[in-house]
Amino acid sequence: MQHEASIREPLILGDRSYHEITTDIARPIESKANKYWYLVFTISVCAFIWGFSCLAYTIGTGIGQWGANKTVGWAWDITNFVWWIGIGHAGTLISAVLLLFRQKWRMAINRSAEAMTIFAVLCAAVFVTCHTGRPWLDYWLFPHANQFGSLWLNFNSPLTWDVFAVSTYLTISLVFWYLGLIPDFGAIRDRFKVQGKPLQAKIYKVLSFGWSGRARDWSRFEEVSLVLAGLSTPLVFSVHSIVSMDFATSIVPGWHTTIFPPYFVAGAVFSGFAMVSTLLLIMRKVLSLEHYVTIQHMEMMSIIITLTGSMVGVAYLSELFISWYSGVEYEGYAFLNRATGPYWWSYWGMMTCNVISPQLFWFKKVRTSLLAMFVLSIVVNIGMWFERFVIIVTSLHRDYLPSSWTMYHPTWVEIGIFIGTIGMFFTFFLLFARAFPVIALSELKTILKSSGEVPKRLRAEKEAAENTKH
Amino acid sequence: MADLKTIHGIYDDEELLVEGAKKLRSSHIKVKDVFSPFPIHGIDDVIGLPRTRIAICAFIYGITGTSLAILMTWYMMVSDWPTDIGGKPSFWYYMNWPAFIPVTFELTVFCAGHGMALTFLLRSWLLPGVNPKNPDPRTTDDKFLMLLEVKPEDESKIVTMLRASGATEVNVI
Repeated sequence: MQHEASIREPLILGDRSYHEITTDIARPIESKANKYWYLVFTISVCAFIWGFSCLAYTIGTGIGQWGANKTVGWAWDITNFVWWIGIGHAGTLISAVLLLFRQKWRMAINRSAEAMTIFAVLCAAVFVTCHTGRPWLDYWLFPHANQFGSLWLNFNSPLTWDVFAVSTYLTISLVFWYLGLIPDFGAIRDRFKVQGKPLQAKIYKVLSFGWSGRARDWSRFEEVSLVLAGLSTPLVFSVHSIVSMDFATSIVPGWHTTIFPPYFVAGAVFSGFAMVSTLLLIMRKVLSLEHYVTIQHMEMMSIIITLTGSMVGVAYLSELFISWYSGVEYEGYAFLNRATGPYWWSYWGMMTCNVISPQLFWFKKVRTSLLAMFVLSIVVNIGMWFERFVIIVTSLHRDYLPSSWTMYHPTWVEIGIFIGTIGMFFTFFLLFARAFPVIALSELKTILKSSGEVPKRLRAEKEAAENTKH
Repeated sequence: MADLKTIHGIYDDEELLVEGAKKLRSSHIKVKDVFSPFPIHGIDDVIGLPRTRIAICAFIYGITGTSLAILMTWYMMVSDWPTDIGGKPSFWYYMNWPAFIPVTFELTVFCAGHGMALTFLLRSWLLPGVNPKNPDPRTTDDKFLMLLEVKPEDESKIVTMLRASGATEVNVI
């Protein structure tokens, strides 16, 4: 059996048995939703429907309904695309990278983080598919024989790399998430069977794919999880690097820098963990899961936010330094314009939100305070949105030719679509919280004996007794 | 030849099940299967399950993905319709391949991941609508079940061994 150092904080609080873990995690699925769930769900669905209508209006009438112009060809659409994809990265990092690093604290949070990844990537996909202008021709983004002499894609272009990267990321994350859910659906199915609820048992029987928990299946399952984690780790780094190449491979001042791939990846992990924190702080309270998603878990996430936020801060400072040190007047102006030009408010908003706020988590009081974590995680998400806005809009609106310089303002349609994706995200997440087990219950049971509060205390007492004997 | 009898040995603790299985193995009794709510480390060796080769399958699928990507990008960008895009070399694959690394990597991961997932589902026969095979629904909750198929004359000996090793329930079907 795995042994854990006695000085480590327990990962499962209270006196929990395997059966109690199953009961606690199955409770939201088996019970009725309370009025707050219905309230937030109604608001989210309304936002979703509003956004869907704005999207339909865009597709029906044209991209002219947006505020983008010849100078600022990419604005809210791509800002939102990169923002959502970045948010999605935390889920894969928690499931894959933390699995490879054998961080057992990931087990309480990986299921909801992975769900968040999938919903975030779906929101990103809304933007990238509709910004093409003629979305009914989006199948042209994939290589296929055609009547134009078989006109192929340009594989030299990061826009094509994006198509492959985001498709692979979405599908592989979906598979990783669903395979992990299979044993948990089996547990829920059997609970309904024991409780004598045949309809629910049938639904979860189909969802569980007939999982039986045989030793053979478990060993294959563990191997598949490990290999998928090993594949997803380079995948998550490559996807956001490729997204950053959409900018880095151009010649626009402020975009054409080699720092973009690591900077974007760090920024993605930063914003992703902030979103996971926001969601989990609410979820653990509402679904009474504080014994599993403990303060220690939230503290670990805050530490990762500080780490990646610091990396992002260092990237900002390097960019600023190089813009002067390079001697390239266009690069120098791009950053001068960011700080002092007409969009100075977005730049300083970004700097305060992203550089100052994660540094507050150095103080233990701040990183263990639930309110501080909640507020700061939202601040970080807002800051990261502004970062993408600053990178895209401030660099485009004033580049090489002053006669092309112009301003950009979003229209109500673009704002509506963004609100719609936020509504879509929360709608999916709320449905997930009620119908799916939000914690990986089978995985969590594997650490009960090594990391549960009561077994650890009993082991420590036994060791202390043996030590006093000698 | 008389029918084999099925025995279910149900445990509350996975360590007791592993110890019990070891004792049965040393008495040359084969454990047919073990059902548990989570993977029990060490059980594969004790009940004689060979190491899974699914990771090797993933590797092969990955190589397929790489080859597919190389073939696709060579055919489309070099062989069928090479074009002058910003002066990038397009007449020899070896000069243009660095630009194709992202697509090659993504296709490798795609084929490896999905191929392995499908192989896992098909080998373990996990598909929507399939009936679960665990004999007791509590094995996905907190019980560990050892399934044995034994000759009727060995039945009482095995039942005694199971109870001695800590099984909370022993059912003979």
